[in-house]
Amino acid sequence: MIRVVLPAHLRTLADVDGEVELDIEGQATPRVVLDALEARYPMLRGTIRDHETQQRRAFLRFFGCGEDLSHEPPDAPLPDAIAVGAEPFLIVGAMAGG
Amino acid sequence: MSGVRALVGTRKGAFVLTADAKREQWDISGPHFAGWEIYHLTGSPLDPNRVYASQSTGWFGQLIQRSNDGGRTWEPMGNEFQYDGVPGTHQWYDGTPHPWEFARVWHLEPSPADPDTIYAGVEDAALFRSIDGGQTWNELSGLRAHGSGSSWQPGAGGMCLHTIVLDPDHPERIFVAISAAGVFRTDDAGETWRPANRGLQSEGIPDSDAEVGHCVHRIAMHPSRPDVLFMQKHWDVMRSDDAGDSWHEVSGNLPSDFGFPIEVHAHEPDTIYVVPIKSDSEHYPPDGKLRVYRSRTGGNEWEALTKGLPQSDCYVNVLRDAMAVDSLDSCGVYFGTTGGQVYASTDAGDSWAPIVRDLPAVLSVEVQTLA
Repeated sequence: MIRVVLPAHLRTLADVDGEVELDIEGQATPRVVLDALEARYPMLRGTIRDHETQQRRAFLRFFGCGEDLSHEPPDAPLPDAIAVGAEPFLIVGAMAGG
Repeated sequence: MSGVRALVGTRKGAFVLTADAKREQWDISGPHFAGWEIYHLTGSPLDPNRVYASQSTGWFGQLIQRSNDGGRTWEPMGNEFQYDGVPGTHQWYDGTPHPWEFARVWHLEPSPADPDTIYAGVEDAALFRSIDGGQTWNELSGLRAHGSGSSWQPGAGGMCLHTIVLDPDHPERIFVAISAAGVFRTDDAGETWRPANRGLQSEGIPDSDAEVGHCVHRIAMHPSRPDVLFMQKHWDVMRSDDAGDSWHEVSGNLPSDFGFPIEVHAHEPDTIYVVPIKSDSEHYPPDGKLRVYRSRTGGNEWEALTKGLPQSDCYVNVLRDAMAVDSLDSCGVYFGTTGGQVYASTDAGDSWAPIVRDLPAVLSVEVQTLA
């Protein structure tokens, strides 16, 4: 089981409270997690990664286990603590402003 | 009982304002989609309870929302706007080729003939159509494939297709306007397009009467007379009497012919409204006076409408999609400002009062007249 924390606007869009829990078979990677997330919540398609290129949107970051995972390849294994649900996979909206 | 529903898009959400036919007491609902930019919110002419919203942010991209109960509840629809084929390039600000990149939906235009058909004008400029109520979108790529496409350049607000006018008498005829390319017209439902900019003069471009390259801000049509179009250009208010084949200037005695919206009275095809703005480098009204100008002669002769509007120290702007009319017997006129006010007139502009004063900056106002 993977735990995913969405930014507030996407929790509203997906109509979820708190964390999302996803059951994933096989190796947990960013792509697998996002595929499962979008399958459960189709309204999130296009909001985290581009429909066509599947690139992470520029002002979003992926954090976990105290690390910035944003620049990891989409098929790179996630840390074990995320893969077993001990730590959440954080999707974070970049801070912006003055 | 008849009434009106004003659909207001703002920088930080959507608001739905409703009143009975007297238009004195307003119920304000919102913000819907709090925190998101709502470039446009509009309803189906065939089914007024079907309302569409363009919702976006720089963080999460584009969403399309649809309501089937007049804006009380909403459902996310399809948000995949894929350019047809290889997107190609247009000109960037520095004159270099720049790949077409989808940024957002500026304007939604539901069909007057089919409740499930709706058009979307997007940045970078292209026209999309959905025939399933917004679930899926396909580009009408004949527009972008027009031979001039590679030379189109963005205006200051981006290269956006911001205006879509559907001809009620000729369903195959559509007008669109693009900043800063100009007006284009199709007579075959979007297969092929041609520029419709003859007569426009833009001193800011190398060839002032070029076929394309004009910064058209908005065009408007009265449904009873679809060959007559009115235009607020970057500078100049223009009129066409031949469905865009040619244009002539009707700025007349306006204090400034720069501005964004232009609107036509619901029952008088020659009564039109603009909001003069001082200049393109000072996006606020001349002399700090917020004045709507009305022409009852289809242009050239304009009168200032000031009753109820601030006549000192007012430095707001009125954006291109932020003016609308209702079709009650005494035509209502509405506009929203970048200062968050939505003003209404129930007497065709003679007098005005704010419906609401402190919304986020208003991006769009549409008004539905309810049976």
